[in-house]
Amino acid sequence: MAVLELTNISKHFGAIQAVNDVSFSIEAGEVVGLMGDNGAGKSTLVKMIAGNFSPSHGTMRMDGAELVLNKPVEARRHGIEIVHQDLALCDNLTAAANVFLGREIRRGVGPFRILDYASMYKRAGQIFAELKSETRPRDLVKQMSGGQRQAVAIARTRLSEAKIVLMDEPTAAISVRQVAEVLNLIRHLRDQGIAVVLISHRMPDVFDVADRVIVMRRGRKVADKRIAASSPEEVTGLITGAIEQVA
Amino acid sequence: MAITLDQTIAHKQQSWLAEKLSSQTFWVLVAVILACIFLSFATDSFATSKNLYNITRNVTFVAIIALGMTLVIITGGIDLSVGSVLCLCSMILGVVMHAGYSIEVGIAASIATALVIGACHGVLIAYIGMPSFVVTLATLSIARSLAMVASGNTVVFQFGPDHDKLLALGGGAWFFGIANPVVYMVVLALLTGFILRWTRFGRYIYAIGGNEHAAILTGVPVRQIKVAVYMISSLSAGIAGIIQTGWLGAITTNIGTGLELQVIAAAVIGGAALAGGVGTALGAIVGAALIEVIRNSLGLLGINAFWQGCFIGGAILFAVLFDRIRKFRQSE
Repeated sequence: MAVLELTNISKHFGAIQAVNDVSFSIEAGEVVGLMGDNGAGKSTLVKMIAGNFSPSHGTMRMDGAELVLNKPVEARRHGIEIVHQDLALCDNLTAAANVFLGREIRRGVGPFRILDYASMYKRAGQIFAELKSETRPRDLVKQMSGGQRQAVAIARTRLSEAKIVLMDEPTAAISVRQVAEVLNLIRHLRDQGIAVVLISHRMPDVFDVADRVIVMRRGRKVADKRIAASSPEEVTGLITGAIEQVA
Repeated sequence: MAITLDQTIAHKQQSWLAEKLSSQTFWVLVAVILACIFLSFATDSFATSKNLYNITRNVTFVAIIALGMTLVIITGGIDLSVGSVLCLCSMILGVVMHAGYSIEVGIAASIATALVIGACHGVLIAYIGMPSFVVTLATLSIARSLAMVASGNTVVFQFGPDHDKLLALGGGAWFFGIANPVVYMVVLALLTGFILRWTRFGRYIYAIGGNEHAAILTGVPVRQIKVAVYMISSLSAGIAGIIQTGWLGAITTNIGTGLELQVIAAAVIGGAALAGGVGTALGAIVGAALIEVIRNSLGLLGINAFWQGCFIGGAILFAVLFDRIRKFRQSE
């Protein structure tokens, strides 16, 4: 059974049709590359899966059960984690505070609960070690490099037992060595049976790590193919519209 | 090459001491202490218990409101209404007690007024999306006008059956000869400091100021937090109003005029950044203390009181300039 199944999903903002009748499904442990030009509807689609927007039409199913999300918190509760394109970091907070933002560890009884700094530093440190990232939980994010910031954003997805991780352009603004690290991390997630949706402009990354590629153009899905059965040339053609649509 | 990944992760880039030394609040605190030491030697009247009693008590009204203001400023907002809200809350207290009700009823009415005003600010700012500057500017005008309406623009100086209780509340010194307002200020400062450092609410206040969009994306209840923050700000003005009423023993409709600027000055001198994301409870107190020490010392040193504004304005510029220079050095 598919871990996530989208059926005839559409989203419009007023007169603008951002996503138009898109259907696809993802299996556990599968890496799906989601590609398309700017404004193709990738981010809107992902934001619906993440609970930021609700679809205008269509249904989402998770493990066969209908999935209705009104808030990002609800998506998380269902095991959907997202790494936002702008990483959604607060520069004035420490790495650990950012990792735990919105789900802080607290100790105490009833309403008298205080932040458990020690536990959060420790857990964040463990996650950074797992990610093989030289990121210090106690340092302010303001002082960090692009790769470290990426690690902080990715570390958030490791707090819970995620079923699906959505990554919005995770390799857009980091160095070559760090790209390799992020791709390794994606494989690491896949090996644990987590489904990964990788939104990317970078053809090599998608062809390196993804099992399947979905191409969107002007709000519609124009391709959904195994990576092995496709080629960068074909995908480029689909993105630009030189190739209209493939099965 | 002996440094492992784990060691790197466990390490912290800046030590605790270095962090403290690089904070604006610390240097302002040093300035306050140096000024106090200087004044103790330069004048005979500074280090007297009477003068210190006066200074500490005078600090409190600005400092208490600066605590609330600091929370608002950390979220990236501003509250210009505090002076007028203080006046309205004092007046509500005065009018209710003058009508013969007990001090408890008077205080409850006063606090309720403050909370309602704060809730209105919060809803208009967080849910309707109006700029905090505009909303609180409107209340700056409205609250003082309502205070005039409530009192018929008269001076209230008789507070009914609990008159003496009210005066003791604000003017007494129940603990070790320390003025009551100072005790309230210390308690509220500790409470604010605790909330900012140790609670999830405090963490979210910083997160909203640092990156509101990120806070929304990570599921922080941004709107509710903002409403709470503006309620706390108005509440702090209300509390200061109640205490000040007890201390002065009379209320006119022009108390707290221009107070909002002093309060914002205290918060900014203490290290709160108007761009949001930065500020502490200690900073609010230290900022208010610096302003009061400047005010007090000018009088003691025999400098014309007309110069006060220049010195306080200079302190604002100097504190922020100092911080800028320090950051330039860091980035180089």
